[in-house]
Amino acid sequence: MTEPLLSIRHLRVYYGTSGDPVRAVDDVSLDIGEREVVGLVGESGCGKSTLGRGILGLLPYGARAVGEVNLDGQNLYELPPSAFRRFRGPQLGLIFQEPMTRLNPLMRISEHFSETLKQHEPKLSDGDIKRRSLETLGRMGIPPTRYEQYPHEFSGGMRQRIMIALALVLRPKVLVADEPTTSLDVIVEGQILALLADLKKNFGTALLLITHNLGIVAEACDRMAVMYAGKIVEEGPVRDVFREPAHPYTRELLRSTISLETKELHSIPGSPPNLIDPPPGCRFHPRCPNAMRVCAELVPIEQRLDERRRVLCWLHGPEQLVPSGGELPLEREAIGIADEA
Amino acid sequence: MRPEPVAPPPQPGPEDAPLVSVRDLKTYYSIRGSFIDRLAGREAGIVRAVDGVSLDIRRGEVLGLVGESGSGKTTLGRTLLGLVRATGGSMQFEGQELTGRSESEWRDLRREIQVVFQDPHASLNPAMTIEQAVGHPLQIHRLMRSKEQIRARVIEVLEHCGLAPGADYLDKYPSDLSGGQKQRVVIARAIILNPVLLVADEPVSMLDMSVRAKILELMMALKRDLELTYLYITHDLATARFFCDRIAIMYLGKVVEIGPAEAIYADPKHPYTQALLHAIPEPDPERAVPRDLPRGEVPDAAMPPLGCPFHPRCPSAFEPCGWESRDLRELFESRWALAAGEPGVEEEQALVGDLDVLARPSSKVRLTAGRKAPEIVGLLDRIRAEDPAEPFWRGIERMEADELSVNIDFHEPHEPQLEQVGEVEVSCHLYDPTITQA
Amino acid sequence: MAATAARPVSPHGRARLIAVGRATKPIREARGVARGMLWAGALITLFFVLLAAFAPLISPYDFNQYKADGVRFAAQAHPSAAHLMGTTVLSTDVMSRVIYGAQTELKVVAIALVMAIAVGVPLGLLSGYFGGPLDRALVLFMDALFAFPYLLIAIVIAFLLSNSSIGGGILTAAIAITAAYVPLYFRVVRNHVVSLREEAYVDAARALGAKPRTIIRKYVFFNVVQNVPPIATLNAADAILLLAALGFLGYGIQPTQGAEWGYDINRAVSDASSGIWWTGLFPGLAIVLLVTGLTLVGEGLNETLNPVLRRRHFGRIEFPALGEEQSDD
Repeated sequence: MTEPLLSIRHLRVYYGTSGDPVRAVDDVSLDIGEREVVGLVGESGCGKSTLGRGILGLLPYGARAVGEVNLDGQNLYELPPSAFRRFRGPQLGLIFQEPMTRLNPLMRISEHFSETLKQHEPKLSDGDIKRRSLETLGRMGIPPTRYEQYPHEFSGGMRQRIMIALALVLRPKVLVADEPTTSLDVIVEGQILALLADLKKNFGTALLLITHNLGIVAEACDRMAVMYAGKIVEEGPVRDVFREPAHPYTRELLRSTISLETKELHSIPGSPPNLIDPPPGCRFHPRCPNAMRVCAELVPIEQRLDERRRVLCWLHGPEQLVPSGGELPLEREAIGIADEA
Repeated sequence: MRPEPVAPPPQPGPEDAPLVSVRDLKTYYSIRGSFIDRLAGREAGIVRAVDGVSLDIRRGEVLGLVGESGSGKTTLGRTLLGLVRATGGSMQFEGQELTGRSESEWRDLRREIQVVFQDPHASLNPAMTIEQAVGHPLQIHRLMRSKEQIRARVIEVLEHCGLAPGADYLDKYPSDLSGGQKQRVVIARAIILNPVLLVADEPVSMLDMSVRAKILELMMALKRDLELTYLYITHDLATARFFCDRIAIMYLGKVVEIGPAEAIYADPKHPYTQALLHAIPEPDPERAVPRDLPRGEVPDAAMPPLGCPFHPRCPSAFEPCGWESRDLRELFESRWALAAGEPGVEEEQALVGDLDVLARPSSKVRLTAGRKAPEIVGLLDRIRAEDPAEPFWRGIERMEADELSVNIDFHEPHEPQLEQVGEVEVSCHLYDPTITQA
Repeated sequence: MAATAARPVSPHGRARLIAVGRATKPIREARGVARGMLWAGALITLFFVLLAAFAPLISPYDFNQYKADGVRFAAQAHPSAAHLMGTTVLSTDVMSRVIYGAQTELKVVAIALVMAIAVGVPLGLLSGYFGGPLDRALVLFMDALFAFPYLLIAIVIAFLLSNSSIGGGILTAAIAITAAYVPLYFRVVRNHVVSLREEAYVDAARALGAKPRTIIRKYVFFNVVQNVPPIATLNAADAILLLAALGFLGYGIQPTQGAEWGYDINRAVSDASSGIWWTGLFPGLAIVLLVTGLTLVGEGLNETLNPVLRRRHFGRIEFPALGEEQSDD
């Protein structure tokens, strides 16, 4: 396997509180290869957005991170913040969920682009800046006649396209997209997803697509990682994970997804755990239909299922580390609806 | 313990009259323009949020109102609830006319028509405890006097909505609860008066996937237990399929297709419905992102396209669909976007000139071009030759150049009307028997 | 929870207790600079409140007293054992006037602020909720008033009222200050109500059939009133200065009604050129201290309650070694 472009190793991001910190991202490792589209899926509070920002070092006040984010072999967290910042933009791009609020309403689109390009590629002439911006915008479907307009003159979908173009005009190697289509209508969502899925072809950019929508992951992504309570519980090629989910949470999440083909409604009892004081052992064990005794006591050890798949679950071993009796089913009190989300 | 329902029992008859009957309902907003406009008394524009909608809601059914942003579905719901004044048309609930009622005349009806909003985090007053919030309708309508009675009823309704033991929740504030629990509280508050009709506006779209099923199940159970009728407003066709008996698809203030849910999903007739269904991301890795979705987005509701509002995006549009100047502008813009950076684009832009002349909607276009007029016609011919299947060309009745300008006449625009086609009604020229298609 | 049914406290009473507890939570949790400000300010303010409340007990002499046991005090005497802060040209004791002055200041300002809030907040609520022509007229009027400097408005009102039946004095000064500050409360409350009006839970209340009066009371008022305490304390600081300015200019309290720091400073101006520093310094110092105290409380409240400014203070974030999770906590 070729060297991954972006290699995250044992990343942890904790948020400070007046008491113990919130362990939003708790020991996450993930690789993104060149021209890959990797989907990061999970529900609210699982830490996926924090992970996305942690990759770029864009952490809010009160958060601390430790671990490795290796881009082209360089651990970005070892760099001083000013050096890290220089990677943002030309190497690492980020697009957000709400395009309405992320563009400066007082600046024309042309000014957005010239500001970005001038900062990172100061040698470019004005003509070059305009040409490159128009070309990138054009590929996103924004006509050159609208280059001098203000953000409020565009609709939501077009603003998202502008944001993507703004990120891509610097030709980053990796783009992190945090719920890029959640606030858009479904047909526009499809259009934007087509753009994103083609990034690798048209721009050579690798994409980390963060979403809660499994349909998007199935259609647009090559590989996927499932996050729960701050950890990645399963990772692998999209086809394999959908066909045969290895982790009970993945399986239950797939079952509870409502699509056009859904015949029966499923849900997962209980609610996501408190990340300040997560449950002992496996964090999913209070809600897991397959929980064993060991799951409540020992943190599962990551297992490689094959060259491309891994899972964090005692169901997949290693058996020799399970104490005797640990494989027996876990007895719990029934989860009252009162505890449910 | 339960408050007596106000409505008299339904009269037996050969055919049950619909619970709600909406005829040609209109809700328009005027846009406040610039200061100068207001000074001059000019209106900047009118948004026809609901533009002539007629439909029935039958007792005991779940009618889905499906559409994207700008479709008017939320405004229709709010008009039905009396939160927004209707501009015209009629709505009847159990035979009583709803339009034209004052705020105090609405109050009695509020016992029977209730609402569940989309955002559970914003629907509850952060300054009220759960007991206060859920019990408030009983106090407003003076149905119960003693505090013990109210509390007991609140506990009963909370437990019916899955929050058990109810007593544990009384003193909590909304900020203590999760999203799903808050939505249950909102539903409890809505049913405590035993309403007849429940308007649910995107009740699960802000909840996680693993929680949606629970709330939908709750709503279905309540429908059975309390004999509720639902108006389910959503943009999510997947949950709508599950929950609804009939579905109405809305686009820019009008209903474009309405009929039994299964008929619509099995054989969608309107091109917009087809596009919506096609666009939904399916959790099936064998499927790739669809590449043949309609282009563009929902247009500005203040200046909708002429004729059929969907025509600029419709792959099957043809002559009567309402071709106009803005479609020509769109043609040029998307062409230049695709070819941005390539040689020739700038020359074309210079040739055609400023596209702003095409901004005002009209079926007759005049591009003043002087001597360059024949060149522009030549350009248009070239564009057409590159993609003759593009529906736009069917819209042109006549195109000619004279010494000063290029004149383009489009076919006369016609607005489609709802026609019965099999089990469903569709508003689309493709199904209009009076229009022959080439 | 078996005792729930038997509890004598009404659900609303209990809810209010819980609400107060939660509202003061940020104050109790304040740390760092905000906490320091709150405490320092509170102590200073409390000091003056005590002075005001127990003036007759603390003060050695009455504020107008110029003799004791038939013997007139020395005029313009240096600070000494008998008169710790010296005496004025009228032989009154400076320290007594400072202490009684605290009473005057706090009394007038309290009355004025209560009146300003009682007028400004309800107007703001009604204007913001109902909108329409009433709102437009009120906003125009209040904005116009707001454009004038506080002092100017206060002087005009004080002047007009002194010539009327009310005459000069505490009430006049209070009304003058009230008039200056009503627009402030009106604006803040009205703007907040206008933004709250669009919230989903207010809509939901309408959909439930609640009357506007109920909606304003239960749904809007509590969420808006949280703004008032920080504004009121900062306002109080400003009002003290305003009252002192009125007194300095001669529009405030009559000398027979009570001691007033601004008035005293006015009297002390001519003393300064003769090298008599104590008649001006002590009242001036009192003004500075009280205003500082109130400002500290106000800013401290703002920093703690205002979610935008609030800086949470965190415990140390420790990252345990990887794999350490296996051990039970």
